[in-house]
This record gives sequence, structure tokens and C-alpha cells, in this order.
Amino acid sequence: MTVLLLAETHQGRLATDAVARTLSALAPLGDVHVLVAAGEGAEAAREAASLKGVSKVLLAESESLRHGLAEPAAALIASLASGYRHIAAPATAFARNILPRVAALLNVMVLSDVIAVHGAESFDRPVYAGNAVQTVQSTDPVVVFTVRTSAFAAVGRQEGAPVERVAAVADPGLSSWIEDMAVVSERPELASARVVVSGGRGVGSKESFDAIIQLADKMGAAVGASRAAVDLGYAPNDWQVGQTGKVVAPDLYVAVGISGAIQHLAGMKDSKVIVAINKDEDAPIFKVADYALVGDLFSIVPELTGKL
Amino acid sequence: MKILVPVKRVIDYNVKVRVRTDGSGVDLANVKMSMNPFDEIAVEEAVRLKEKGVASEIVVVSIGVQQAKDTLRSALAMGADRAILIDATSDVNQDIEPLAVARLLSRIVEAERPDLVIAGKQAIDNDMNATGQMLAGLLGWGQATFASKIEIADGRAVVTREVDGGLQTIGVRLPAVVTVDLRLNEPRYVSLPSIMKAKKKPLEERTAAALDVDVTPRLKIVRTVEPPQRVAGVRVASVDELIEKLKNQAGVL
Repeated sequence: MTVLLLAETHQGRLATDAVARTLSALAPLGDVHVLVAAGEGAEAAREAASLKGVSKVLLAESESLRHGLAEPAAALIASLASGYRHIAAPATAFARNILPRVAALLNVMVLSDVIAVHGAESFDRPVYAGNAVQTVQSTDPVVVFTVRTSAFAAVGRQEGAPVERVAAVADPGLSSWIEDMAVVSERPELASARVVVSGGRGVGSKESFDAIIQLADKMGAAVGASRAAVDLGYAPNDWQVGQTGKVVAPDLYVAVGISGAIQHLAGMKDSKVIVAINKDEDAPIFKVADYALVGDLFSIVPELTGKL
Repeated sequence: MKILVPVKRVIDYNVKVRVRTDGSGVDLANVKMSMNPFDEIAVEEAVRLKEKGVASEIVVVSIGVQQAKDTLRSALAMGADRAILIDATSDVNQDIEPLAVARLLSRIVEAERPDLVIAGKQAIDNDMNATGQMLAGLLGWGQATFASKIEIADGRAVVTREVDGGLQTIGVRLPAVVTVDLRLNEPRYVSLPSIMKAKKKPLEERTAAALDVDVTPRLKIVRTVEPPQRVAGVRVASVDELIEKLKNQAGVL
């Protein structure tokens, strides 16, 4: 049995952490072939080949694959699908866009956000914002699924596996890229950071969100936000942690001015240690926090930043 | 331009989900049900496009049990013109899978010939995030997922998408499927007169069997359990105590 793993690349570079974590989820399923589909992907392919568990890298380079558009990528994967029992990818926005389309082209279901692999057909996945976990058994000939990377550790390195070029399929020309408004940051990535500092509605304004950022920078942490903070414009959309944002499980999660709606908890409750700072002592976030500090975040956060 | 919007009846956003102790699923008896919040955003966007004169007709479709008529009436009250219920099961506990939903919707699309399908990016019950992409794949249409802005011009939709690194803007040729994210709009509250008016709008019924789509699940749900619960920890009195605990007790600093 062989697995085809769709790798994510950004401007020709592999999203190594996401791929390495997905590889550890796939370990029980057999050989893994990684597909790098990009504008220029040679460097990403070499990087993927050096990750433990990869037996071959397929490299497809084409202008139509440069920006992650779903139609050409899904058509490519569907054209490669025969011979694979599983088709998987990390559950990122990139793959969530593509894999359900692949599943439809193959007339099979997709499983999103797999958190445990029990065997070739049996998987766990969260439903209802993580308030329930389902064990499901697939009856499809090909199992297409995305993996919640925060549930798995990254694999290590190996001697490079072979890289084989495959042809991209003709671009159906249904959609076209216009622009990316990506924020380039020196901070760790939210999905893989060891420490995350998040701010919520209680932070009060975009300006006062700077205190959260300063604390995060002092701790070498990624910055997160609740949906309320993003909706109110305090923080950009890609910082959102929760059911419909990113799911994180860092060693330390610091929630500042976040009340703790179930949709937010869905995105962070698997963190190893949770610290909550909130002036409302009845805030639901305190029910999941290991360390609770009740008080005014506007004095606590600068004090904490200063003393660390 | 004609817009089709699929809407799903789900457990209300504010309801605390209770998992049955025998592992058979989530307790849906006597629980408040509402329109999936993402679908509400999709309906709102379609209504705004109609108010701007871009769209001429909005058809809403729901798939599942008879009670989904309530969901369709809510969409009609928001401003949709017609509704179609596809009766696919009589069991409120049976979730119709995204693949079956997409197949049923593709039959409706073949009959209705909309220029645009606007769908919620995910349902808050099964959290699959799949139906829109699957429908686009089955139809061979372009797709623009996780939209936070939609503009229609010159036979295409220009869509700003919420992606992992920030935002991405793409153009997608019509007809197309667009799935919507949280920040696209804020759905309106419906007034009593519009609720009354919605009762008179057409609501047509079909069955999955008559549309010749097999809705048998491909995924067998073996069991449903509660995830491990966290317990509340300790209160600390000061920043100094917090730092001390994080260093010496938790070992994370």
C-alpha cells in the first residue's frame, strides 16, 4: 500500500513542519510518495526527499501550479491517483481547498482533520468544534484525508529519497491568480510555535494589541487572536485560533482578554499548558486554564513582558 | 444572474453539545436547531448582490429531513426568492455526507442553471469543509473558497480568500462555486413582515431517490466519544507567582 502526500510549498519552499508532522500520521499506512506541485519546486522536492518515511518524491512544475489554485492541482492529483490507497495532506487552507475536489473527481468521500490513524480504513476526527471525536471507517477504495498537524510530532531526517518528475496536466483555465497579500513575519509560525500568545476582545483596540505582540516577541512566541479580535480589526485573519481558524497545540498557550467561547477552545484546548489572563473571574477560559490570573491585562501584560 | 445557495440545518451555534454516553452520537433531541452560520453569510451575500442589481433571482436548497423547511423559510425571510427541499432521510441523526450533498446539488444545478453557487465554507456540525469544493469538482466549475470579499464583473467573480499566510485574491470564471468565510458580511436580522412574506414564497419538494442519488454514507461512524476534558488549574495572585509556576512547576519557561 502506498500513500500519496500532497506537500505545500510557498514560493518554491516546502512547508517542512506541516509535511513532517503529516508524515508521522501516515507512518502506519505504508510507503509514502510526496507530491510537490509548484511553479519551481526542485528545492522543495529535495527537502521533502530528506524527511523520514518518504520513499519517493514526485515533482510537477508548471505555471498553473504556482499559486495553489485548486483546479489544476486537483486534476493533477486525480491523474496520479491510480495505484494509491490513500491520498493525504496537512489540513491547511491550501489542502482544504484542493483535496475535497480531488475526492469528488474520484467519487469518494474526504475526511477532514484526522487526529488518529488506527489502520488503513479507520480514523479519528473531531466534530462539533472538537466537542466530540468520531471514529470512522471508510468504505471507499481510495481514502482521501487531511491531517490535523497539531496532533502529531514531526518526523526526523533521512538520506534523500529519489525525486521523479511528473507532467502537470493541462490547465483548465477556470480561475486565475490576481495577488497574494501575505504578511511576512520573523515570528514563529502559529501552527508550529512552541509558545503562542493570543489576544481577544478584552484587548480593546488595534493599538493596545501591540502589548500582546511585545509579550509574544519577548517569549519568542507566535501571535494568535480570538475571532472577536479579528472581527473587530485588532488582528489579521490568519492569526485566528479556533474551530474555523487555526488549531494549535503549543507547549504554552497564553490567552489574554479572551473569554473562551467553545469555538475558540476548539482551537487551543490541546495545548500542554494554558495560561489565562482576564479581568472577569467567571470567564469560561479559566475552566481550561492551568494557571489563571484575574486582573487588568493592561497592567499585567507589560509587567509580565518586563519581568521575563 | 441567478444564484443558488445551499443551506444546512444544524445544531445552534450557542448550544453546548452533549455526547451520548453509549458512543452512538450527539444528543439532538429537544435541542435548538438553526441555519448553519456560514450558510447565513452565504444567503446574506446573495441577497446583497440582488439588492445591488447584480443578481436577479436567489434559489435556496436544503438537503436532509422535513424539518429543514424551517431553515429554508429563514433563508426566504432573509430575501431569497424560492426554496427547494430535498428530502433525503427521515432520521434527524443521519448526516448526509458532503459527497452525496454535492451530487444532489449538481442535479439541481443542471436543472436550475445558476451562474453562481454561494455556499458556507463548512457546517459547524461535521466540520468537514468539503461540499463546495466537491460540487465544483463534480460540475467541472472553478472554485473560490473561504471568501472574505466577492465582486462580480465581466463574467467572473473576483474573490479575496482567507488563507494561511494572509489573503489571496483570485478571479474565477462564471459559472463558479464560491464558499464563504466569517468576515464576508454580517447577516441581517429578519423582520416580522419578512417572516410573514416568506410563508408565501414558493417551496418545492424533491426526494433524493427521485433525483437518483444514493445517499448511503461512505464513512461508517463506529463511535462518537467526548474528547478528554481539561480540568481547571490554579489561581495565581501575581505576575511573579505566574512566572515562578511556569518556570518551576510547568517547566515551560
